[in-house]
Amino acid sequence: MDFTIKTMAEYAMEGKSPEVLFWVGCAGSFDDRAKKITKAFCKILNKIGVEFAVLGQEESCTGDPAKRAGNEFVFQMMALTNIEVLNAYEVKKIVTACPHCFNTLKNEYPSLGGNYEVVHHTQFLKTLMEEGRLKIEGGAFKGKKITFHDPCYLGRANGEYEAPRMLLEKLDAELVEMKRCKTNGLCCGAGGAQMFKEPEKGNKDINIERTEEALSFEPKVIATGCPFCNTMMTDGVKHFNKNTEVAVKDIVELLAEAEDL
Amino acid sequence: MQYIDNIIFLILLVAGFGLFAKSLQKIYRNIRLGREINRNDRKGERWETMARVAMGQSKMVKRPVAGILHLFVYVGFIIINIELIEIIVDGLFGTHRFLSSVFGHGFYNFFTATLEVLALLVVIGVVIFFIRRNFYGVKRLTMKELFGWPKHDANWILIIEFALMMAFFKMNTADWVLQQRGLLPEHGSFPISSTFLAPIFSNFSDGFLFFTEKAAWWFHFVGILFFMNYLYYSKHLHIILAFPSTWYANLEKKGKFNNLESVTKEIKLMMDPNADPYAAPGEEEAEVPSKFGAEDIFDLNQVQLLNAYSCTECGRCTSVCPANITGKKLSPRLILMKTRDRLEEVGRNIDKNGSFVDDGKKLLNDYITKEELWACTTCNACTEACPVLLDPLSIIFEMRRFLVMEQSAAPQELNLMMTNVENNAAPWQYNQADRLNWAND
Repeated sequence: MDFTIKTMAEYAMEGKSPEVLFWVGCAGSFDDRAKKITKAFCKILNKIGVEFAVLGQEESCTGDPAKRAGNEFVFQMMALTNIEVLNAYEVKKIVTACPHCFNTLKNEYPSLGGNYEVVHHTQFLKTLMEEGRLKIEGGAFKGKKITFHDPCYLGRANGEYEAPRMLLEKLDAELVEMKRCKTNGLCCGAGGAQMFKEPEKGNKDINIERTEEALSFEPKVIATGCPFCNTMMTDGVKHFNKNTEVAVKDIVELLAEAEDL
Repeated sequence: MQYIDNIIFLILLVAGFGLFAKSLQKIYRNIRLGREINRNDRKGERWETMARVAMGQSKMVKRPVAGILHLFVYVGFIIINIELIEIIVDGLFGTHRFLSSVFGHGFYNFFTATLEVLALLVVIGVVIFFIRRNFYGVKRLTMKELFGWPKHDANWILIIEFALMMAFFKMNTADWVLQQRGLLPEHGSFPISSTFLAPIFSNFSDGFLFFTEKAAWWFHFVGILFFMNYLYYSKHLHIILAFPSTWYANLEKKGKFNNLESVTKEIKLMMDPNADPYAAPGEEEAEVPSKFGAEDIFDLNQVQLLNAYSCTECGRCTSVCPANITGKKLSPRLILMKTRDRLEEVGRNIDKNGSFVDDGKKLLNDYITKEELWACTTCNACTEACPVLLDPLSIIFEMRRFLVMEQSAAPQELNLMMTNVENNAAPWQYNQADRLNWAND
């Protein structure tokens, strides 16, 4: 990174608080593919001058995969620890590029004492655009075919379908919708802790079914809004040997590329 | 002797409704075997949801063909039941077409004509449903999990509805022909019967027409009583329970899974450096849950059990389930069907023994297998698809909780993930101290 990422601790030492806390998430912190999404998002925020901080070493897993696997103990251990940290910094607003972190922080933390305004990165960027702070021009994606795969935990789980689409439309790309989109979107196969285990026996893997559907539109890009969807769709595209023709990219990566960041 | 009809009618009526009330009581008792859950908040929103989803059928029309046909049958069913009022009064007091005296000539004509048109729509709906289900091969309606009773049940419902409507037309036609002959007072207008069936009936003798009219009337009446009591054994219970099910539906965001309060207390105690680990539990903490998660129907909440009774096995949930689509064993519909099967088994056990006597069976393993439970991606496609807002996902989730927290029976890879979260604060084996390394790459 050609600029410094500041932590909440650093802001606190300066006696200041940032506009927003960027919740990076485990995938965004450790997974090589997802780290690119993290960086792209930071570049955009940095370029338009949004003051943001991360928790860095003080961040823990939100507990989402443990909870959905059925382990309420581990989930609440994570949640209560995180809430203690977040409340100590008096965090008001959180943005995250992971719909699973987004859902857990937004819906499951309040009854445990963690009340914050939580937004998904596509919602955050949409607001910035409406406020005139973020300007997007088509650039490299003008006229190219893009299809968007709805993350279950952003879409059905929280009813957000428009923010990612609005950003994609600003790229002047040709947005094609899969038959199973929005409320009818098909899961990538990673949710509910499936990411961390082999799938049960069946005819095919869910990500293959989903990628097949996406590829049937012959898009240049399959756009995602979740690091787990990204992994699953990338694997799917590789399965069909289409990885040289079709890119799987998070929406912020597309925006960063359009801006040549 | 002239009152004998009315007496038989009264006996049938009381017996029919009495039996039905007894069935409903049993259902109510069984549902109360579940854990209590507070879903009496936000009443305005609940009434609105019920009006929109159950009465307004807002989610049915998402699949237009099935939706519109269902709407025919639904509206027909409701309005034709107004006819039941007339039948009861006529039957009890020996009147003929009692409502004509209440409604007045013009409006009674309109009323009977509407009923006829709706009855025809019901017939059309029922016939197409029968063809779709048995010959056309809609996948969700022909899946293996429906073989046996569920398939017969569905067909019986359609056949009974068809027969009831036919009796209705027969009654009207005979009545109309007799009216034309001046043998019965002229009440009502019958556009369908007089056009399509009257030409056949006009050849019949007066006596036979009187007999036909009465026979069809009785058939219609007994048929309704039979149908009502059949509901208890049928997936068709949804015509009643769709209403409470939508009223008690989860109004929270679909992604919000409940937090177990009992666990919160434990963790807070664990994290509090000043807590006395040997302290006796206070009065207010005395209530410890018997177990975490659900292994049998007693551990599910009452709304989940109500859901099991309300499911009409349409399979819209299963047809959109990513696990099911890709050939895994999970079928959300089957989760609800098996929950109901087990609940009824427990109910029969109670009927027989007075209270539940352990039968060595559980919902988990004996009905629902681990393989099904672990195939779920918690994507909520099933809950989105359900036309009456049932929540099979919540049952899957509670049963996973039991597997993990009571039995430590998660798949090995998930155990590894959970250990990682616990020890490294990430599902993978990375060091928490490296969490910001990406910033310096």
